[in-house]
Order: sequence, then C-alpha cells, then structure tokens
Amino acid sequence: MSKISEIEGAGHEGPTLNVAPSPHVSDITFTTKRMMTDVLIALVPLVAMSVFVFRGYAVKQLVVCVVACLASEALFVSMRGRKITLTDCSAAVTGIILALSLPGTAPWYVGALASFVAMGIGKIIFGGLGMNIFNPAMVGRAFVMIAFASLMGAGAYENPAGVVDAISQATPLNAFKGSGVATSVFDLFFGFTNGSIGETSALAALIGGIFLCVRRTASWEIPVGVLSCVAVLAGLADLSAGAGGYVLLHHLFGGALLFGAFFIATDPVTSPLTPRGKFIFGAGVGALVMIIRLFSGYPEGVMFAILLMNAVTPLINRWTIPHPMGDA
Amino acid sequence: MGFFGSKEEFPGKGSFPHGIHPPDNKFYSAGAAVEVLPNPDKVVLPLLQHIGAPCEPVVKPKQVVACGEMVGKGQAFVSAALHSPVAGKVKKNTVVTLANGRHLPAIEIKTDGDQVDPKDLWKEMTATDWSFSTVSDYAPDEISKLIHAAGIVGLGGAAFPTHVKVMPSDKQLIDTLLVNGCECEPYLTCDYRLMKEAPYAIVAGALLAGRAVSAKEIFICVEDNKPEAIEALERATQDTVVKVAVVETKYPQGSEKQLVKAVLDLEVPLGGLPSAVGVAMSNVGTMAAVARGVMKKGPLTHRVVSVTGGGIANPKNLFVPIGITMGELIDYCGGLTQDAARIIAGGPMMGFAFSDLNTPVTKGTSGITILTHAEAARGEETSCVRCGRCVDACPMNLVPTRLAMAARYQNPELARQYNINACFECGSCTYVCPANIKLVQLIRTGKAQVAATMKK
Repeated sequence: MSKISEIEGAGHEGPTLNVAPSPHVSDITFTTKRMMTDVLIALVPLVAMSVFVFRGYAVKQLVVCVVACLASEALFVSMRGRKITLTDCSAAVTGIILALSLPGTAPWYVGALASFVAMGIGKIIFGGLGMNIFNPAMVGRAFVMIAFASLMGAGAYENPAGVVDAISQATPLNAFKGSGVATSVFDLFFGFTNGSIGETSALAALIGGIFLCVRRTASWEIPVGVLSCVAVLAGLADLSAGAGGYVLLHHLFGGALLFGAFFIATDPVTSPLTPRGKFIFGAGVGALVMIIRLFSGYPEGVMFAILLMNAVTPLINRWTIPHPMGDA
Repeated sequence: MGFFGSKEEFPGKGSFPHGIHPPDNKFYSAGAAVEVLPNPDKVVLPLLQHIGAPCEPVVKPKQVVACGEMVGKGQAFVSAALHSPVAGKVKKNTVVTLANGRHLPAIEIKTDGDQVDPKDLWKEMTATDWSFSTVSDYAPDEISKLIHAAGIVGLGGAAFPTHVKVMPSDKQLIDTLLVNGCECEPYLTCDYRLMKEAPYAIVAGALLAGRAVSAKEIFICVEDNKPEAIEALERATQDTVVKVAVVETKYPQGSEKQLVKAVLDLEVPLGGLPSAVGVAMSNVGTMAAVARGVMKKGPLTHRVVSVTGGGIANPKNLFVPIGITMGELIDYCGGLTQDAARIIAGGPMMGFAFSDLNTPVTKGTSGITILTHAEAARGEETSCVRCGRCVDACPMNLVPTRLAMAARYQNPELARQYNINACFECGSCTYVCPANIKLVQLIRTGKAQVAATMKK
C-alpha cells in the first residue's frame, strides 16, 4: 500500500504506472496459439485412426511431413530474415493435415517435397501466417499430385504387397467410380477402407470437427455449407440412380469430404470473414466436390474444390460486406 | 431475458446482435455502500466538462462564492452551467489537463466559510419521499429550463447537456424515454449503487424528464447481473407509469443504439440519434440529478464515483464534489497497491488512462478503475489469421479487421467502403482478437485518415 503523497516523495519505491489507449483489458485466454492447439487436439482421433488402420505407413507419413514442415518453415522464415515462428504451432498443423491427406504408400520424398512446397510456396512466399491465399497443405499436395502422378493417383493407393489389409484394396470412391463396387456404409463410417491415411474414418473426422466447431475455433458455417450442398447434389444423384440412399451416404462419408469440410476448408486464413461469406464458401466447396466426383476423371475433388474456392475468397469478402446496424 | 418476469413489458428481445461477455469484475466495489467524502481544501472546475461549447466564467479571482453558486454560464444552446460544490474564494484562473488529454481553462476555488454538509445532499438523494404526484405541476418547458439552470449533463460518461435532450419539440416527437442503468462497463458500480440506494430520486427524475418530452412510456433499463438494483427500482416504480426493463448482461449493452435495439427492437439510423426513432435516453445518475435540480432547485455539484479495481487498497463508491482531484479519491481509498499498473478515468473498455493525479473529477467521471499488471496484461501482437472473431463481436456489424488494416496501410477509400464511421469505438474487437491486434486503436487513426481526405 502506498499513498500518493508517499509515492511522490523522493526515493520511495512505488508502483510502476503506464498509460495506453482503451480498451485496457483483453481476453488473454484466447490466442492464435490456442486456436492452433485446438486444431492439434481435434486431429487426435484422425491421427489415432490413421495409425490404427495404416500402422507404419501412417507413422512414416506423419513424421516425415511434420518434421519437413517445421524445417521448411524455419528455413524460409530465416531466409526472409524474420523471427522464427514455429511456436505458434501453425507449421505443425499444416504438417499433420498434409500427412493425413497423402496415401500411406507414397515414398518419404513425396511427403518431404510436399511439405517444402506447402511452407515455401504455399505460405511463406506470401508473407507467412495469415497472408497466404491458398491453403498451404493443399498447395503442397497439389504439387506432388501433379509431379508424382503415378505415386499419388488413385491407382497408387492400391498396393497388393502392402502388409496392412486396407491398402491392398482400391479406395472406395475409385472402386465405385471405376467398377461400380460399393463399399459398405459401416466401413466408410468407421474408416476400415483404403484411402489417404487421414480421410478414411468419417467418425473420427466428425468427432474432431464437432469439437472444433463447439470451441468456435472453426466456423460451423463452412462445414454446414459443404455438407448441405453435397447432401443436396448427392441426393439428386441418388434419386436419379435409384440407389435408395446409398449414393448419398457414400458421398458424405467417403473420400476426404468430412476431413476436408471440418479441417481444411475451415482454415480461417483462406476462407471468408463473415458468417454469410463462410456459408457461401462452404456451399461452393460442396458443389465443386460433387461436380469433380460425378463428372471428371478424378474420383475425388476435395483438394481442388478447396483450392478453387480459396481463390474466390477475396471476391466473396467483397460481396458480403455486412450492413452496419441502422443502415437501411 | 425474462428472469425477473419483465419479459412481456417491452417489445425488444432484451439483447442486441453480437457483443462480448468480459468478466464484469463488479465484486470489487459492488458491496460497498456509497460513502460521502468530506469537503476538500480546494476544487478545480474545468470550464468544459460536457459536449458542446465551453461555459463562460462569471466570477473573478478573489471573489467569494457560496455553496452551489454559479461560477460558469453556458451561453450557447449546447452548453451547461457550472456551479461551485463548496463555499470559498476564487483563486487565479488556471489550466488543467483532463483524463482525456484536453487542456482547459479552469476555475479554482479554495474552500472557506460556511459549508453545506455533503452528507445532507446524499441524504436528500437517498430519501424515499420524493414526491411523484407533484411532477404534473411542472410545465414541460419549465422542466427543461430548470435542468439547464442546474447545469445537468449526462452522467454516464459522454456528458451531453441534458436540457437539449429533454427539450420539448414539435419537430421530433418522442414516444419513449429510456433511462440507462445498464452500466455494462466492467468494474464500475456507481450506477448500481445509486439505483440500489437512491431509486426514488431516479424515478422522480425519470417522471420529470418523461413529462418534458411527453413520452408515452418510460423504461429504466438494467442488466440482469444487478438483481438488487432491479428489486429496489421495482419497489420505487410501483404505482407509477415507469417500468423496469431487465436486459441481458453483455457489453456494450449500455450503448445508445444497442439499448434501443434490445428494449424497443428499433434500429437507430446510421449517423442518427435515438430521437430519430422517437426515443430519448439518459443515464440513471442524470435522472437523480434532474429530480434534485427541478424539485429542490439544487445544481449539479456532486456525483457518485466508483474507485475500483485490483490496484486500489480499498475499493469504494464515493459521493464526491465535482472538481476534487483523482489523487484525493485514491488516497481516501487507501492508496494504490504495489502491483497497480494503470489508472483509468471511467471503465476499462472505453475509459481514459491518465498519469497526473491532480486531474480533476468532472461531471462525466463515473469511476476510477485501477488495474494491476495482470489485469492490464496484453499478449504480443501476431498476424491476423482472419478468424472473424472481431466480426462476431462487433455490435455495429462491421468488419473490424478490414477497417484496421485499411488504417494501417492508409487506405481511407477501403475504410469508407467498410463503413468506418459507423464504429463507436467500444473496443469489443480489440478485446477478443486472438492475435492481439489493437483493432479499435487502428480504427481511430483510420477515422482521422478518412476525415483528412474529406477535407481535401
């Protein structure tokens, strides 16, 4: 305790006062780092499921991508002469999401190169966290998908010599598109199928995704937009095929749809700012996914759909400037 | 928010879209009954304590003034008179700096001679015998004139001259008077204590102001975190036309446009005043001052001030003379604690930090909030990840991050496109930002940039 008169006296050890413009308080519990930590926690079910189904293949991809992403970020950031920003955990998030989007059988250099491109061309070249236009993980994946088509294409997922059961089969979407073979909805939902190591389990993606939305780290408008649009378009496809609901569930639970809707499309940096813009963005992703799945040569289109909508994000932001309260 | 059975009484939802829920931290001083401060040795009365034109001094140095005597006259229409809270001798004219940074000429009065005991003033305010039945004896324009003579301005913080607000007018018809007792700023409890201890004065003032503007309905609006104030007001408003509207506890509920939306479900047009939708609004403290100014012909010379926060030894609510220094209030409350970091005139969301303890208390000083280093802590600024939290928080439905970046990169055209002037600087965006970007601070500079381009 010290009275003002005493503080002003010479030699008195008083409190150190400072001034600043208002507001003088802030919510220090909610930070960018906590958002990233939330994403890491939400990814746990997916990582666990990928390790359970793909064993060593999953562990290899995860380790390669996370290490390569952290190293690339450190390299590129130091090349720009900036402070190393690894502690915000965003590079680790990119690494895990990238790994989960790769096939287990892809050799180590595919993951490493994808990480290098993701951080360098996807993120740091634009100015680092918050400045990139495209989702970094998807930029890296798109690069290796084109550069190593044979190692990343649908056929590459099947490895008859694989030691794990899952990778000796075709991916569900490819099997359905190529030969009309339908995987059971049960397997799709729980994830006992082939595919990119993190995409197979709809259940794991839902658990993590709902956690993110409840924590409001991810905006619910985006997954709701994606899923409702896919449900409508897949429902139409279902009706025209007379499949009795199977096609609808197959499209919702199959491929990377739930993983993409909850974890990749919700990247705040590359999605719109306003709730309305977020829903439009999500619906656009959903529509593009269905167009690619139904009408293109690729069995799956989540990656391209998200990258295309990332490009449209600034435009959506411009369309959806909200009306201030009282603006007629 | 029908927690207290008041839901059906008003058309609004009791809340407004967006906003934030900071911890209210009212516990520091909410339980402290108002204490009357003894008269200080001197008071310093700045000549501009309100929005509008400064008042003209009507006393000369060495002149002897009585308690409550007018020392400054509000000549212009939007101005307010100034009265001495003590009897004493006028000293040489001085210049003071207010907490908001303005340098102003001021009248200094050295306390001397026969004083009115401020305890009697407070007793008068807290009396339960304020006569509601005599309200109709006053003509509407008489009420406005008496308010003008008493030098009453809005005591909620903005300090807009009250007689202008309650001026009977043929042009702008007023249907509803909203008496603002939300006190949504964290920490502050002066309005809460006044509602709890002097509800009858508030109701009398509300009836008078309502009569002056010919309002059909009068609501006293209180957030639902103040049940004891609601109870006291409900008791005082029995058998009157005044209703208590209980609204959600949310920042910035006490902001003019947000409260009109919450209680009446009306939107005040952009750039307009509540009178545009037939609403007059005034703070509860102002209403108590109106009751005294009109019924007892007593000028506004004292007010309730909260001295609160983790940085003050004994948080209190004080009934103080206007013109006393902030330092005297802090001393009365036991002084600062060792970890005190920031002294704020007003609350922590919109108040002004100051460092000169000789800064005088003005009519608009609702409290002194003293934060500790932990309370004022701010994380290091990182990049905007465009998470949209600020968009979800903004009570005006703006895009704060866009406005702030437009300001940072000096793009007034973009700022205007995103309606920068609709921002009333509540600070909700800065409060929530996970990247710790000083959004509202940047927006303030952006407004200056926009204003500069308009002049060209």
